[in-house]
Amino acid sequence: MSEASNKAMSSTTDPAVQTQNVTRFYPMGDSLIRAVDGVSLGIEPGEFVALLGQSGSGKSTLLNLIAGLDRPTSGSVLVHNRDLAKMTSAELARYRRNDVGMVFQAFHLIPSMTITDNVELPMRFAEVDRGERAQRSRESLERVGLGKRLDHRPSQLSGGEQQRVSLARALVNRPRLLLADEPTGNLDSRTGEDILNLIRDISLSMGMTVIMVTHERLLAERFAQRFIFLADGKLVSEEVRA
Amino acid sequence: MTGYDLLDLAVRNLRQSKLRNGLTTIGISVGVASLVAMLSLGVGLQQLATRRLAGSGLFDTVFVSSRQDFRGFDRQDDAKTPHPEQAPVLDEAARTKITHLANVTEVEPEIRVMGEVIENGETHFGFVTGLPMSARENEAFDNMKGKFFSNDNADEAILLMDFAKELESKNPTSLIGKQIMLRYGERQALAQEQGEQAPVVGGNSAGSSGDDYGFSVVRKQQPLRVVGIIDQEPYGGMRTVSRGRIFLPVKTTERLNMAQFSDMRSSLRGASGKTYMTLTVRVKDPAKVQGVQDAINQMNFRTFSVLDATKSLRRFFTVLDLFLGIFGSLALAVATLAIINTLVMAVLERRREIGVMKAIGASDQDVKKLFFTEAGAMGFLGGLLGIVLGLGIGKAINFGTAVYLHRRQLPAEPVWIMPLWLVGAAIVFSIVVSLVAGLYPASRAARLDPVQTLKYE
Repeated sequence: MSEASNKAMSSTTDPAVQTQNVTRFYPMGDSLIRAVDGVSLGIEPGEFVALLGQSGSGKSTLLNLIAGLDRPTSGSVLVHNRDLAKMTSAELARYRRNDVGMVFQAFHLIPSMTITDNVELPMRFAEVDRGERAQRSRESLERVGLGKRLDHRPSQLSGGEQQRVSLARALVNRPRLLLADEPTGNLDSRTGEDILNLIRDISLSMGMTVIMVTHERLLAERFAQRFIFLADGKLVSEEVRA
Repeated sequence: MTGYDLLDLAVRNLRQSKLRNGLTTIGISVGVASLVAMLSLGVGLQQLATRRLAGSGLFDTVFVSSRQDFRGFDRQDDAKTPHPEQAPVLDEAARTKITHLANVTEVEPEIRVMGEVIENGETHFGFVTGLPMSARENEAFDNMKGKFFSNDNADEAILLMDFAKELESKNPTSLIGKQIMLRYGERQALAQEQGEQAPVVGGNSAGSSGDDYGFSVVRKQQPLRVVGIIDQEPYGGMRTVSRGRIFLPVKTTERLNMAQFSDMRSSLRGASGKTYMTLTVRVKDPAKVQGVQDAINQMNFRTFSVLDATKSLRRFFTVLDLFLGIFGSLALAVATLAIINTLVMAVLERRREIGVMKAIGASDQDVKKLFFTEAGAMGFLGGLLGIVLGLGIGKAINFGTAVYLHRRQLPAEPVWIMPLWLVGAAIVFSIVVSLVAGLYPASRAARLDPVQTLKYE
């Protein structure tokens, strides 16, 4: 662990993710919600970072900005030196497809599809050859320990298994950045731990940068190398794990 | 996304709500079926009409009549021409002149007179008309019993089946080969010296044809051999000579000098000699009809050809097709609303799914195309089903009319014809309509904000 963190901290390459005074406001009734209010941060390649804060602190909104699902009101979000704010919606879609993998609290699998089909879906958007897809989705499912349940539907799986499928789907296009929004929120603590172990192992072996949104500080402390605390849309403090 | 993947996902999605999408597809198919049924009916009726016209052998024919006649084919014509009194009469000289026009192959009078057939001591009234030898090509003689005239001056007759039954109710075909006696009125020119007492005043004394002062009608009898019996009136019942029950070769009728209605009138009008009510001018080639018609118009006669009739017929069918099309499209318009409704529902239901797809890399265009493909697939299936359904409706229409015609003892004819182009056009149209219907739902799906759709559990 310490090796990995040392390596990440001592890296001299460009940051994987860099936000500069990024804001995201949206109107609600007569008032303006400042969901993200001037956050500047940098995340190195290969780092495992936890975004912590109360609900409504803006951590999910910040993650969505980094994921290219949302656009900042002002400021910039640079991922591998490309400014997401300046991308067209088609470019953002390509970015989400090729550079980012996402895992959600509610898994967000498509219930009508088998787990293989779910994992193959991102490759359809990426126009990966049909012959290659089966192989890659199987590899990806094997990596998360579900190599034997390819034809099951999500509803036939437990929560932990569904989150593994979701992880396999996030990895299948070999992204450089894995974004996890409360990945353990719907799981019991042991299953949650298993998932985070898996995420950490995979990110290490694939050299991925991981940004995880969570409100479970204790769990975050066991896996993340750095913690960024948000409150009211502002960055309040940063800690590096000892 | 590739076309294959779009189609694959679209079909999967459609199968997710089988009932709803199935009902919508059936809705489209009903729309397509009604459109196809209507247009096919239009096509069928048009073909029926043109088949009748073509079979009637009228396309290469110009009908010529004198402007002196009371009844014209075109009333507007009368206004722009000199007074009928000054118009030339359709006499032998005119006939010769027309015969010598370019591209004219045959000029025959249309002769239709009253006559009586004496059979077994009873008299049977019927109109006698003269047919040229070219009438043999007419469809009425396709299935005739017996033979056509042996030559254009033979003492032979062809009878209409109805008339034959009147003569010989039990076995009308036994008449073929037998002699019948025709009684008719012969037109006899009055000799010059008798003219002084002529009851009818012919004002023109300049002529020298021998019957300047009128004519008398003398009862005559002529034995004729029955050579054939036909079921249908020749020329589709559309010409003066069609409306007869006893048909003779035209030269025979001329030779017998049968008194015609026009003789009396032309005599009153002061025509000098024999005139014709109508001359039938056959043209070498239907394309030359207009030229011949113009040439005869130059001679100040009234002309009529099927070209005139087909012009108005085409206009009629264009309007008919339009109406049938509008009527048929109504159901398709309703089906379009069903597609929009179904897809809007699907967008609402699949909000989350659309958000997920966007989060894992689908572009707005991908989402839009997916819904378009779903709409198009429903349109295609609906189109196919509609063709089948339309075909069924058409068969029913044809069967119904066949039964109806059969009851009236008319030969069955298809009134509903679905040409191949209509099959293709219906499917393409169905897809296009479905895509247009998918426009709004698809763009609505594409505009969904993934953050919003993924927000709440």
